[in-house]
Amino acid sequence: MARVIVVTSGKGGVGKTTTSTAFGAGLAKAGHKVVIVDFDVGLRNVDLVMGCERRVVFDFVNVINQEANLNQALIRDKRFEGLYILSASQTRDKDALTEEGVERVISELAERFDYVICDSPAGIERGAQLAMYHADDALVVANPEVSSVRDSDRVLGLLGSRTRRAENGEEPVGEYLLLTRYSPAQVSKGQMMAADDVCEILSTPLLGVIPESSAVLTASNSGLPVSMEERSDAGQAYNDAVARYLGETREHRFLTRKKGLIGRLFGS
Amino acid sequence: MSILDVFRRKRRESAAVAKDRLQVIIAHERSDARGPDYLPPLREELLEVVRKYVAVDDDAVRMQVDREGDYEYLELNITLPEGSSPQAPARGR
Repeated sequence: MARVIVVTSGKGGVGKTTTSTAFGAGLAKAGHKVVIVDFDVGLRNVDLVMGCERRVVFDFVNVINQEANLNQALIRDKRFEGLYILSASQTRDKDALTEEGVERVISELAERFDYVICDSPAGIERGAQLAMYHADDALVVANPEVSSVRDSDRVLGLLGSRTRRAENGEEPVGEYLLLTRYSPAQVSKGQMMAADDVCEILSTPLLGVIPESSAVLTASNSGLPVSMEERSDAGQAYNDAVARYLGETREHRFLTRKKGLIGRLFGS
Repeated sequence: MSILDVFRRKRRESAAVAKDRLQVIIAHERSDARGPDYLPPLREELLEVVRKYVAVDDDAVRMQVDREGDYEYLELNITLPEGSSPQAPARGR
């Protein structure tokens, strides 16, 4: 049986799709069978960030409506063995996903894969709740910024009450915080909340800190999960996060800025 | 501590302000959002009852559900305005 991971945030634009694709590629690189499901019906972007936008013929909604089967709709990644995506529909309205349909598709995927990654739409409404309902684990993506942290807290509240695990009184959904767009320089100047502060406010363990990095944009520009950019700071940070998720102990590397000579002299 | 620190940190750092603000608002929102669904209407009705006797602000009635072992406590706080006395209740609205 697969582990179902929801990538969620409350607030939009914090890096859910970047995280879903980077995490999916990272898990596939570690030898697991992974599928990334795009729940953002009406918008869709996982296909574009993964670089397979021209290969989408059938999508999630087609499978829900039984117009296509999973084999027809799953798109295999050309770089990693065992990495697949199930694209969202761009044309259907956002109410096209039904609870029964989602349950059927997720359980079918869970039989075939080791990890099912659900890329949630932003917000806390129906689409986001459908994406989190079957989750075993949740990656809560946040920026170290007030509106994002507050919305993350709302999402954490929903994870504790509106999921299958919560409703059945099972072990709660595993919660992991991933801080993106982190700037160690601003943190050291007291202009940005530090990772520890955000963890303390949300009382959620930190899975990883992704530094603000041009690598994220250049990777998505070329349709590449950023974790494949192994020389970039953001790529390394994502790979660390994946390793931690899989149980490895790794130090957080991007919490402080490396100081140059001048920085050391003036202690800025 | 470096030479530059002398000129710095006169104003309070904005990250610390952000943290304080978040701690307050999130604690407040958690007590609202994580209680049972009947809390908001119950609160409204209690407010109406209280207002029959004392003129109070909208946020005068605060309630929170706490759990201890198998028991759930409903904690209810009504802030009466200064100078109001139970012997001489206001005549309502």
